[in-house]
Amino acid sequence: MIPERPSVGERFRRFRERLRGDTPTSAEPVRPGRVGAGPDGRSGGSSTGPVDACPTGVTGGGGRAGRGPGRRGRADADLAVPPAEFTSYYGRPILKPPVWTWEIAAYLFTGGLAAGSSLLAAGGQLTGRPAVRRAGRVAALAAVTASAGLLVGDLGRPERFHHMLRVAKPTSPMSVGTWILTAYGPAAGLAALAEAAPLLPERGPLGLARRVLPPVGRVAGLAAAATAPALGTYTAVLLSDTAVPSWHEAYPHLPLVFAGSALASGAGVGLLAVPPAQAGAARRLAVAGAALELFGAHRLETGLGLVGEPYRTGRAGRLLRAGRALTAAGVAGALLGRRSRPLAAISGAALLAASVATRFGVFQAGVASVRDPRYTVLPQRERLARRRADDAATDTP
Amino acid sequence: MADPYDRSDPQDPASGAGWVEAPPRMGFFTDTSVCIGCKACEVACKEWNGVPTSGLDLLGMSYDNTGALTANSWRHVAFVEQPRPAGHRPAADPAGAAAATGDPAGPASATGGEFLGMPAAGPPGRTGSAQGRTDFRWLMMSDVCKHCTRAGCLDVCPTGALFRTEFGTVVVQEDICNGCGYCVSACPYGVIDRRADDGRAWKCTLCYDRIGAGMTPACAQACPTESIQYGQLDELRERAAARVATLHERGVPEARLYGHDPHDGVGGDGAFFLLLDEPEVYGLPPDPQVTTHDLPKMWRRAGVAALAMAAGAVVAFLGGRR
Repeated sequence: MIPERPSVGERFRRFRERLRGDTPTSAEPVRPGRVGAGPDGRSGGSSTGPVDACPTGVTGGGGRAGRGPGRRGRADADLAVPPAEFTSYYGRPILKPPVWTWEIAAYLFTGGLAAGSSLLAAGGQLTGRPAVRRAGRVAALAAVTASAGLLVGDLGRPERFHHMLRVAKPTSPMSVGTWILTAYGPAAGLAALAEAAPLLPERGPLGLARRVLPPVGRVAGLAAAATAPALGTYTAVLLSDTAVPSWHEAYPHLPLVFAGSALASGAGVGLLAVPPAQAGAARRLAVAGAALELFGAHRLETGLGLVGEPYRTGRAGRLLRAGRALTAAGVAGALLGRRSRPLAAISGAALLAASVATRFGVFQAGVASVRDPRYTVLPQRERLARRRADDAATDTP
Repeated sequence: MADPYDRSDPQDPASGAGWVEAPPRMGFFTDTSVCIGCKACEVACKEWNGVPTSGLDLLGMSYDNTGALTANSWRHVAFVEQPRPAGHRPAADPAGAAAATGDPAGPASATGGEFLGMPAAGPPGRTGSAQGRTDFRWLMMSDVCKHCTRAGCLDVCPTGALFRTEFGTVVVQEDICNGCGYCVSACPYGVIDRRADDGRAWKCTLCYDRIGAGMTPACAQACPTESIQYGQLDELRERAAARVATLHERGVPEARLYGHDPHDGVGGDGAFFLLLDEPEVYGLPPDPQVTTHDLPKMWRRAGVAALAMAAGAVVAFLGGRR
């Protein structure tokens, strides 16, 4: 059953009250049949029709969840702009809402953070910026450890997490992601471990580790950076490869948003942990990430038609707007704070917060698009009508 | 293993999954025009498969207190009440006229659905006097997992818990499933579901144990009106086409098949339906599509974004002195 199912009998009590007319009929989805008055106003047309036989409010039309609180009554049915017509089964969602909880939204962030940090670390390693390299490697290990915890914790049977390793399936982005993480995790771990080499004693078996770890860490750091772009973008496919309307239809744009968000959060780590004098690369990384992310997010909100609506409205819309504002503030602060350590740190924190907000916003938008059946029905109706028109055109040349 | 994107032979998914000399594909044809809403299928399914109860709740949705297909309800009887008579319409009736002209918006658009109230002692609409009596019709449909030819749940399962049986059906192996929940979001029909207290995904197995022993699935066995028919899919499709023709002949122009077409977005369903209204009236998606249809395009887009990500990092480190 859908998660928010009320306790025993509560629906029935509310339903009875509504029939008696005790409560206003706002936002009641409980009607089978065509929802919303048609352009011809037929739903309220007949004076002897069954519409009149019903005691109150429930017949008012516009009975879609969360909309038209009784305003679209019969009297103004002809005046109101008719809503896009669609039918549902008692206003119920057709699809199941994702069973994934906040852990997965948080993982979208930590996975991206790990990817961005590893790229930052490799850049620092290759261009001789040890402070950048160290910050990136440590952040990557922390983020990928958190990722593993979040992913296992969200499973219905966490103790069976290793069943993911039974198969490798290109048709399952989750399976692909499992193998990306399996390759990335140990590499990121080794690279971070190598940062501890100077702390080891110079003699004895640990002394050997002290000498071996830095070169191993260099190779591991590059290996982690090589898998990082895949880690940062496969999560977009993970969401898109579902029946969730706002995730699926967003597949051309989501990877850009996630790639940009990952870069920006990696840059945030650099700005937070590295003195401004060495953080020039992190600043440029922030600009590159923000540009990718803002471009992608713009396409999400404007290029998707009806299923883009959840990205603009409600909680998801607020989160995405907050993410955009924080990204802009973070980039501006990074560019202005070339000499101020506190300002650079605040900018880094803003970029990290922006990434969190964006990931949760995207996640929420998908959930919202499942809960309202019109995002499922209307685009499919349009697709069906288009295909029928095409078929008719080919049948009569 | 066959190419997962191959759509060349939608008729034989079992062979596509690697079965050698697979038996004929089996399925359900659910003819809703003779469903009487007795829910024997729901009960028989629970009994045979040992599906736990979903608790007592009154949903205020006609006689439907099951609500939807869930982890604990593998058959779900939908009840729709519409203020129009079934069959025998007078010519002057605008609802009948709209339906007879094959109005593409569907007959229900002429009437607007009306909810007629909770079950009382008598049938809804009967008030005792001829004046107060309304015309209405019941729509009842026993919904079930569609056992798609191109099954989204099966494609995205990362553990291999979901598999294609030799009968062409799709079944979850409960000892493998780790409850990742990907199948739940991938199903275009909203069928498969994770059981809250158990953590694993559950759905109709088309009684894999029974059909393997040559028996009829529990729901079809229990159905008193043969609304649920079990058999070889080819034969069921012929039977369904004949039934639709009969209904059209008898003046039920709104009868249509759903999920029978091997060229639809999921390659046709192993469990398909005869409906008397638009699919969404019953809570079914009008044009379901397997989500992995777009997966190659998704990977390409992700590849482009990954390259952009790497390029961004290169530019950031080589684009300045510090």
